[in-house]
Amino acid sequence: MSAPSGTFQERVDKALGNAQLKVALERTTGNARRKRAAAVEAWPDFVAARAAAAAIKDHSIAHMAYYLEMFERNALASGAQVHWARDPDEACKIVVDICKAANARTVTRSKSMLGEEIGLPHALAGAGIRRVETDLAEHIIQLAGETPSHIIWPAAHRTREDVAKLFDEHHREKPTAHDVVSMVGSARKELREDFFAADVGISGANFLCADTGAICTITNEGNAELTTTPPRVHIVTAGIEKIVASTEHALQLTRLLVRSATGADLTQYTTFHCGPKRPGDLDGPDQFHIVLVDHGRTEMLTEMPEMLRCLRCGACLNHCVVYRAIGGHAYGGAYPGPMGSVLTPVFDGLEQTRDLPNACTLNGQCRQVCPVDIPLPTMLRHWREQSWRAGYEPKTLRAAIRLWAFFAARPRLYQLAQAVALPAMRLFAKGGWISSLPLASGWTAARDLPKPPGESFLTSIRKGGTP
Amino acid sequence: MPERGNAPNSPRVGLFVTCLVDSMRPNVGFAAVALLKSAGCKVEIPLAQTCCGQPAFNSGADEATKPIARQVIETFEPFDYLVAPSGSCAGMIKAHYPELFADDPIWLDRAKRLAAKTHELLSFLVDVRGFRPQNVACKASATYHDSCSGLRELGVKAQPRALLSSVKGLELRPLEGDETCCGFGGTFCVKYSDISNAIVGEKAQNVVATGADLLLGGDLGCLMNMAGKLSREGAKTRVFHTAEILAGMSAYAIGEESTGAAGKEAK
Ligand code: SF4
Repeated sequence: MSAPSGTFQERVDKALGNAQLKVALERTTGNARRKRAAAVEAWPDFVAARAAAAAIKDHSIAHMAYYLEMFERNALASGAQVHWARDPDEACKIVVDICKAANARTVTRSKSMLGEEIGLPHALAGAGIRRVETDLAEHIIQLAGETPSHIIWPAAHRTREDVAKLFDEHHREKPTAHDVVSMVGSARKELREDFFAADVGISGANFLCADTGAICTITNEGNAELTTTPPRVHIVTAGIEKIVASTEHALQLTRLLVRSATGADLTQYTTFHCGPKRPGDLDGPDQFHIVLVDHGRTEMLTEMPEMLRCLRCGACLNHCVVYRAIGGHAYGGAYPGPMGSVLTPVFDGLEQTRDLPNACTLNGQCRQVCPVDIPLPTMLRHWREQSWRAGYEPKTLRAAIRLWAFFAARPRLYQLAQAVALPAMRLFAKGGWISSLPLASGWTAARDLPKPPGESFLTSIRKGGTP
Repeated sequence: MPERGNAPNSPRVGLFVTCLVDSMRPNVGFAAVALLKSAGCKVEIPLAQTCCGQPAFNSGADEATKPIARQVIETFEPFDYLVAPSGSCAGMIKAHYPELFADDPIWLDRAKRLAAKTHELLSFLVDVRGFRPQNVACKASATYHDSCSGLRELGVKAQPRALLSSVKGLELRPLEGDETCCGFGGTFCVKYSDISNAIVGEKAQNVVATGADLLLGGDLGCLMNMAGKLSREGAKTRVFHTAEILAGMSAYAIGEESTGAAGKEAK
């Protein structure tokens, strides 16, 4: 598994140079956009439900400690073991220790973005534990030695044709044909044995229900159930912001989450897992561990509480023009797209990641489609402000903005400078267009610049009197 | 065009022309003046104006933005309305000045009062003035791009279409992804030029696919971005600010050569 490397610009160059990537991204995100739009259209109460969903999350965020304690009490009562981790290292150590104590050689894992966030695949590999990804898309990227590029469709960067090649190379039983049915069949056979041979199953959680101590997983493939039920030990890793007051709240949020993610009313499997196998149960794990991870979230409570509403639905990725152009790996963090550009600086530090909040047109579509109305553009701009104050922005940019702002605050000087600049720019024009202009190559590299007029509007007004 | 702007009860409108119109396309400013007058406004153009400060604000340079914002507030406070031919600049003043001065009670109050009377041109004409253009014709097919700030910060969507429906001979064609960003994003388009290029490339394809003669919109930044890309790709689509069509001042599209000062001869 290799995380994306290089600078942001290098990763962007690589992404933009890959024509296949655009095809793959457009298939996945285009489908998702169409289906979401249809689902929203078909649900007259969507606007009200969205406001209610934001309020539900805000309530649990405002009383997070209270509900987390309630969750812990109820989870313990159900026989689960609850662990608290401040950071990724602690979280990974807890998971690895549980695996070791269980003498685990093979663990199955169902898709969990938190697992990616804390680097769990890496930690398991380091401990010599064999990891089998059971989500189909995660299985694909495990074969390819990659990290997820989308939070709902981890293999969104790969076309079906690509995947067929991977399966042909790696599967013991190759797909009989390259249609979806044969390929899924081949993957199912490949994974089936591991489902039942695994010692430990690791999952994430979509919700932590305070009222019951249950955790809720929402999937389409049923792999979460097969990951968590047959093995002796089930480990859940979850960020503490997944807490909700009640099962009813979890179900209300599910309606928004699933429609926003895939456009369906519900996924195939919505499962509440509560405690280990009880006497008389036919199946279930002997041990049920829940690892609750902070990793910056308690700081976000004061700094950016709205971001803790995030349901990880992926709608903001699907509707983001930047994500659609460069794909998930270019972002360099576990979470890509608008929500990733807000979160990655929290996890990896702003200095390393200042490009993320900057590489955004602030067009606001992400907020418009977000099922819990997170003001993503405001938060991204907030990071820019912090980056500017901390001096992380490039020197030339700072100088240019300062110089421009100096003139812009002084209309007379500004107009004098403009009277020099406009005629000078006109010298570079051929016909009505300028195709290359010194100091403006950022513009002219991609597009022509219209030839400016000989004099500005305000100059014309001044000369001609009031209109 | 009939001038009804001098009746005693005409509102006094301060035209915030925007830095891009001022420097790059005065014709939009002249068109805005003509439209506002036709809509019964008394139009004044304060010379002490430059830019709304958005390039600095969106770069995170709040302290550098404040003097610019204060100057806009001072200049336009005396008017009944501030009107700008741009959803992006009007949105900056309306939505973001109050944010900028959140910790400064005195300027916050002034910012809020100015925000309350700030409008984007096309929505002002329809929503505040109930205006429809009379006797304007433009025999062409056109498609429309909804610029993001106007659309999402100010709800500008129906108004330009209502206005354009009164233009005789103009056929409006739907644009695939009309609510999708064109990749301009102010300084974004030069800071991340290659990403912007990929985004505007897709936009240009969608525009060309409509087969429309004209591409219209309400924000010069986006229009220049799309027009520049269409030109680079050799497309024949002519690009105008909606105000230019509505005012019947559409002799020269963006990037079409005129002689002398723009605006004057483009009637
Ligand atoms: S920020 Fe909103 S749209 Fe994006 S993943 Fe989170 S909940 Fe979904």
